[in-house]
Amino acid sequence: MEVINNLTKAFASQENPSSPLHEFQSDNWKTFAGLGLPAIKHEEWKYTRIRNAYADNLVIATDAQLSAATLSAHQLPGTDHANRIVFLNGRYQAGLSSFQDDSASLVVKPLETAAGDEDAEFVNLHLGHSQKYHPDGINALNAAFAAGGVYIRVNKGKSLNQPVVIYHFTDSSNGYAFSQPRILVNAAEASAASIMETYVNIGGGESLTNEVIEICAAQDAVLHYVKIQNEGAKSSHSGTTHIRQLGKCLTHAVTLTLSGKLVRNNLNMVMEAEHGESHMYGLYLLNGDTLADNHTIVDNAMPHCFSNELYKGILDEQSTGVFNGKIFVRKDAQKTNAYQSNKNILLGDHASANTKPQLEIFADDVKCSHGCTIGKLDEDALFYLKARGISEQKAKALLLHAFAIDILDQIQHEAIREYADKLISERLSFDF
Amino acid sequence: MLKIENLQARIEEKEILKGINLEIKPGEIHAIMGPNGSGKSTLASVLAGREDYEVTGGSVDFLGKDLLEMSPEDRAKEGLFLAFQYPVEIPGVSTTNFIKTAVNEKRKYLGQEPLDAAQFLKTMKEKMKLVEIDQSLLSRSLNEGFSGGEKKRNEIFQMAMLEPKLAILDETDSGLDIDALRIVANGVNQLRSKDNAFLVVTHYQRLLDYIVPDFVHVLYKGRIVRSGTKELALELEEKGYDFIKAELEKETV
Ligand SMILES: Nc1ncnc2c1ncn2[C@@H]1O[C@H](COP(=O)(O)OP(=O)(O)O)[C@@H](O)[C@H]1O
Ligand SMILES: [Mg+2]
Repeated sequence: MEVINNLTKAFASQENPSSPLHEFQSDNWKTFAGLGLPAIKHEEWKYTRIRNAYADNLVIATDAQLSAATLSAHQLPGTDHANRIVFLNGRYQAGLSSFQDDSASLVVKPLETAAGDEDAEFVNLHLGHSQKYHPDGINALNAAFAAGGVYIRVNKGKSLNQPVVIYHFTDSSNGYAFSQPRILVNAAEASAASIMETYVNIGGGESLTNEVIEICAAQDAVLHYVKIQNEGAKSSHSGTTHIRQLGKCLTHAVTLTLSGKLVRNNLNMVMEAEHGESHMYGLYLLNGDTLADNHTIVDNAMPHCFSNELYKGILDEQSTGVFNGKIFVRKDAQKTNAYQSNKNILLGDHASANTKPQLEIFADDVKCSHGCTIGKLDEDALFYLKARGISEQKAKALLLHAFAIDILDQIQHEAIREYADKLISERLSFDF
Repeated sequence: MLKIENLQARIEEKEILKGINLEIKPGEIHAIMGPNGSGKSTLASVLAGREDYEVTGGSVDFLGKDLLEMSPEDRAKEGLFLAFQYPVEIPGVSTTNFIKTAVNEKRKYLGQEPLDAAQFLKTMKEKMKLVEIDQSLLSRSLNEGFSGGEKKRNEIFQMAMLEPKLAILDETDSGLDIDALRIVANGVNQLRSKDNAFLVVTHYQRLLDYIVPDFVHVLYKGRIVRSGTKELALELEEKGYDFIKAELEKETV
């Protein structure tokens, strides 16, 4: 496969034996070379032909230029004062990034730097932990290029005044562009932060992003995470958001998928301390040929943890939604409360939803529930609205918006919530 | 206002309405009574345009137009209103926004300017008083978690806001205590004028003490088998539906 040759060349050309990440990267390259790309015969990749995204014309993009105008054109509304981290073609751009919170609260630097300074111990301990949950070729492939990544530390006892918004730009003007962003977050004890990620394909061509973000939340931390995917029909994405609770803390994630070609999101909540609390919410509103596959894992290792998960899908035209929700309750994790629900509305005659809860429970005193639905819009509700003079089209929009709203409501940042609501309302032609 | 001729309808191959004839003139109140399962709600649903029912014969003229040709939403905008026997709970849709949308869709259809926020609020306050409904209810999701009585009152409130020409009340009285019943009836009586009309579907005579009908019809097995004035309702109350059934059997022998 030509693509493998190209990746091999790209890896070799960026190899730097003096980098503190060198060993990590070359180990992972070997892993990738051994495993290759996931095939659909792997249960985890049953619905998602990620191999197809690794086409021979994939260009391992070298740094392009990003103008200030392009950057500001894609800035999320209401985030003028946010901390801004910019990636271009999968590489952290310090020059384009800017911070509002001071360095006593927030430290951001290249991952490679962090791997060789006072944060080295943390990096060594936590970088690559997601591989335990995703021992596949593409996780390793991302790790092999980790030197372009970023390290984010929120200091002990500090609450950020502003969210950290991470922009991932991929420039596809020179062909099918490939980005592999890598992020490691250290949310220290009793810190509070909100991290958001959004993706932009500039250049009008095809793009593929293969991302890994690993977040460690320490004792008493509060961590909110939002991922907004609306890159357009020419962009494919596979990304792992790996959240690890090191102490009793609160972690909360919202994933919105509004467009894309092939989209795969892994979200993990690894609950390693007693009395942890985690929330996972997702909305996928799809049309055209988009396939969005959300794989989530909640791993309860310790007692008295609580997790709640709600994913909703609205599938129009011939789009496909996939949901796989794993909950592990290990044998010491007594008194675990874990809730999971996945609800889908099929609008298009050729749309489909595949949903699979997977509970593996090894403790006996736990409360776990899961449920999934795949259905059409409620005809009784539709008729009720129409019988009040509301047009069919408006009534549908009203019901779909109502379906989506409890996910949107989970976004804490007001301007981002309104922005997300606007995107969704526009898509649904909802104007109330 | 409304002229139903030989209306027949079925659902899933089952004939339910077997030839209904009924004429309602402006200013009139008609009551339809009948035992459970006789087709009262079916009639109401067919008039409101529910697509599950297939009309297999007959015609319905509403204010000079062919009602059966119209979409449910156009029927509503032309001035037909159905107070549902079982109002639907719709989580995530605010009651107030919903009513505002409904009011303004109708105004648009009639070529009127939409109500602005202030005008809407003013109208809402007036009508709230009329049906003694609380603001807190209206700021909640539509019917979600409402008690039976609250749902029915919300129906009457919507009716008051939409000012229909013909309102069909499908068992709005069922499940109401006497206070709620009085409030609902009071709402209807205040909205009553020489230009509008009501079709009140009820199982019991009780409501008709408060909303006095001009005509009473008995629906039985998909047909109107008796029509009369309000005395018919009293007679039914006294003798029960069995007496109608018995009489009908005698007739068919
Ligand atoms: N959705 C339906 N599917 C099948 N049968 C129905 C349906 N709705 C009503 N019916 C039947 O039609 C008949 C009339 O019902 P309905 O109009 O609800 O009567 P009423 O309101 O007078 O109690 C009943 O026999 C009922 O079982
Ligand atoms: Mg009924």
